[in-house]
Amino acid sequence: MDPLMLRGMTQPRTRRNVLKLAGLSAAGLALAACGVQGQKAQNSPKPEAVKDFWSQQKKNGKVVFANWPEYMPEGQAPLKQFQQATGIAYEYKEVIQENAEFFGKVRPVLQAGQSLGYDIVVMTNGVQLQHMIDLGFVVELDHKQLPNFAANAGEKYKNRAYDPGNKYTVPYTSGITGIAYNTKYVKEDITSIQSLFDPKYKGRVGMMADAQEIGNFGCFAIGVDPEKSTEADWNKAGELLKKQRDDGLVRKYYDQGYIDAVAKGDVWLTMAWSGDVFQRQLAGEPVKFIVPQEGGTIWTDNMLIPKGAANPVDALMLMDHLYQPAVAAELEEFIQYISPVNGVVDILKQKAAEAKGEDKEALDLMIESPLIFPSEEDYAKLRSYRTLTTAEEQVYNRVFQSITQA
Amino acid sequence: MRRRLTPYLLALPAWLWLAIFLVVPLAAMASVSTQTGNVIDGFQQTFTFANYTDAISRNSPQLLRSLWYGAAATVAMLVLGYPVAYWIAFKGGARKSVYLFLLLLPFFVSFVLRTISWGFLLADDGILFGTLKGWGLLPADFHVLATSFAVIAGLTYNWLPFMILPIYVGLERVDPRVIEASQDLYATKTTTFRKVVLPLSLPGVFAGVLMTFVPAVADPINAAVLGGTQNTMIGNIIQTEYLTNAQYPTASALSFTLMAVLLIGIFTYAKALGTENVLEAAAR
Amino acid sequence: MKNGGFLKLYTWLIIIWLSSPIAVMVLFGFNDKQSKSNTTWQGFTLKWYGKLFEIEGLTGALVNSLLIALAATVVTVVIGTMLGLALGRHRFRGQGATNFLVFAAISTPELVMGASLLSLFVSANLPRDAVTIIIAHVLFSLSFVTVTVRARVLTLDPSLEEAAKDLGASPWGTFRQVTLPAILPGVAAGGMLAFALSIDDYVVTSFVNGSTMTFPLWIVGSVKTGIPPQVNVMGTLIFGIGVLIAVANSIAARRRA
Repeated sequence: MDPLMLRGMTQPRTRRNVLKLAGLSAAGLALAACGVQGQKAQNSPKPEAVKDFWSQQKKNGKVVFANWPEYMPEGQAPLKQFQQATGIAYEYKEVIQENAEFFGKVRPVLQAGQSLGYDIVVMTNGVQLQHMIDLGFVVELDHKQLPNFAANAGEKYKNRAYDPGNKYTVPYTSGITGIAYNTKYVKEDITSIQSLFDPKYKGRVGMMADAQEIGNFGCFAIGVDPEKSTEADWNKAGELLKKQRDDGLVRKYYDQGYIDAVAKGDVWLTMAWSGDVFQRQLAGEPVKFIVPQEGGTIWTDNMLIPKGAANPVDALMLMDHLYQPAVAAELEEFIQYISPVNGVVDILKQKAAEAKGEDKEALDLMIESPLIFPSEEDYAKLRSYRTLTTAEEQVYNRVFQSITQA
Repeated sequence: MRRRLTPYLLALPAWLWLAIFLVVPLAAMASVSTQTGNVIDGFQQTFTFANYTDAISRNSPQLLRSLWYGAAATVAMLVLGYPVAYWIAFKGGARKSVYLFLLLLPFFVSFVLRTISWGFLLADDGILFGTLKGWGLLPADFHVLATSFAVIAGLTYNWLPFMILPIYVGLERVDPRVIEASQDLYATKTTTFRKVVLPLSLPGVFAGVLMTFVPAVADPINAAVLGGTQNTMIGNIIQTEYLTNAQYPTASALSFTLMAVLLIGIFTYAKALGTENVLEAAAR
Repeated sequence: MKNGGFLKLYTWLIIIWLSSPIAVMVLFGFNDKQSKSNTTWQGFTLKWYGKLFEIEGLTGALVNSLLIALAATVVTVVIGTMLGLALGRHRFRGQGATNFLVFAAISTPELVMGASLLSLFVSANLPRDAVTIIIAHVLFSLSFVTVTVRARVLTLDPSLEEAAKDLGASPWGTFRQVTLPAILPGVAAGGMLAFALSIDDYVVTSFVNGSTMTFPLWIVGSVKTGIPPQVNVMGTLIFGIGVLIAVANSIAARRRA
């Protein structure tokens, strides 16, 4: 195994010559000449290569964790415990706002062989994560160093279609895309996705703008499992969604604002994420959430080690640290989406038994909520996004974006 | 000799800035705009100018809509903003800068907070419309959010200070004595305004229109937040093509098309406005 | 003018309209919310003011934003004013091209500007941090300052400067004592625009920031899980300090008058 290639897997080619203004322009002209470089992953390195790579890495005593804002309790207790337990100093950065934007920003850097300066990055399963993996921007994990993950990760969160065998990623937190409705305006129990297409809610339906989200719901609506859907299915789903729009049922295709809209009654029912709805329920607003009988979408934010990370071993240790049930429970108490770690509910029950007043109320709500701990019945209905090849992706996007972005 | 060098020395730092950080990246983008490929296999330079025709034919409704929204918002800003600039310039006294500062202050706070607040104020059954509906002054299904009107109003709101300030800057220079003199001459206020104040304020109006129309047309935020199902603007499409679809050539081609359209628009406008100053400002 | 009173009322109405969402923002800084979402009124509390600086990342982001906006404004005002003077006062070779560039900078979609700047910085192996953010902010504010200053310069009478020169003033003296005071309203207005553009920028910054966070970036990221009320409090403080500055200026103006 060529050690240079090994180095290439994780070490950025740091050319320390900081260019002056003239150099900058030269670089720009070179940029103009070659444009956007492609770089297909050399179909995942051989298993020995990965093994060799990890055998050459050692603990460096520090780790940089890049995450979304409000994804870590104030005071960063889980990270502080990690530092105490391992002596590894951490830097925690809330630098990720959105998957597509994040990919747009890191792609040129990784493509140039430079390091992001992060050892762990959190991304949602979906097109951009797929691109990261396909472009060889993600370091393969060494599962020998992830004993807690092996022991405590929920079966539903292992071996997902977007990353078979958790080769590149382990889940950080999960959520469900289902239907939220405002019980002040909707006087029936919503159970079916067909309610989103019910003419009596004309102008009061919220749909998501994201092609993968709305595409999945379109597939559910025509009775197709989105994970196994074909181009013909997309077209059929697209026609249904187009009719829904042209009949004036849809008020708006939302990015994030749907939750305010449904809580205030601008829309009466809408595609929604479980965690958002749970927050509204905590606030006492009349918003209900269901996984439609036809199916709902489960998505997962995942931790991964980007190529060029300086401290991969420390990164693995931190990932594994977060898979201790006690630590995961602490995260869960703050994040209030769905924890991928087994045993969290028991720890929260213990805490609830000891807590008093408002804290106890909130904990009890969490423990009882199917939005935080989904039932087996719900899990059975949940599907992932369709994993798309590059060619499929173009077709898929065109079908659904022509509806949401008219 | 020295005096002849002055303009070059004055322009030099800005030139450098624009050349390195604007021209070079734009040249790179121009190159990208005729490439083909995808993000995984890479993009090759194939001089595919069809990227432009494809992008335009697929997105012409959004492009035209953006121009219409931008124009409507700009007219609204001009109508709403001119009197404010006028009053501050002539009657603002020693507190002129205070008023200008107050106009801009809301924009020192993040657009996300302003947007969320508008969602709160304008909700269908919120404190404003909910109350009016309660009094029976509005029909129950009346709404402003998720309409073209909301998008245009949002653009107007967001860029209004950028219209007021340059107009003020131009008007402020007008000597009140000139106005008095002209009133003696023309007797009516309307004539004074038309013959004296308006021509003198035209450079400011030109600057204001330039600084509001152009960004308003390219704006991706207001349509996404305030619009409904068929209010997508070209800025949103560029964002989707670049970020979500990673179709860099399409996004670049669309951006250049947009820039070209805006350029033509502004030069036509400068011609139509027709005063010498403005023409000079725009074209020389 | 007789209708001065009406226009005064009108101006204040516009100011109130522009500030109306700020009132909501201020209100929700006092919301005793029970969950992460902060969009439904649930009672009055002052506790967020007490916990103002408890979110480290947020505090840091705000400080970064203020420093970056100040630095970018200073640089932009200097080079933008110079360019505005050159374009408004002088005739020179390349003037048309310069005008064209100034215009192109305004018309470049933010996303394209951000993405292409990032490519440039990456190819030059320039680390992304506060410096690259400032470079980008100067770039997109530059035209606004230039255009505003030029609008002012075009209304000026060049004979004043000629007179100053004839009276033996040095070029620098002429600039400081004649030109600068005359264009100052334009420079100040341009500066305010530049500051507002910089402190509220999201798209361009999100590309060139590396791991340096700014206030708008942090807020956009937190939308997913719920914007903490400290954000409202910080917004309130920015606005409050602004109003105080305005009031102080206003009183000073009355004294002078």
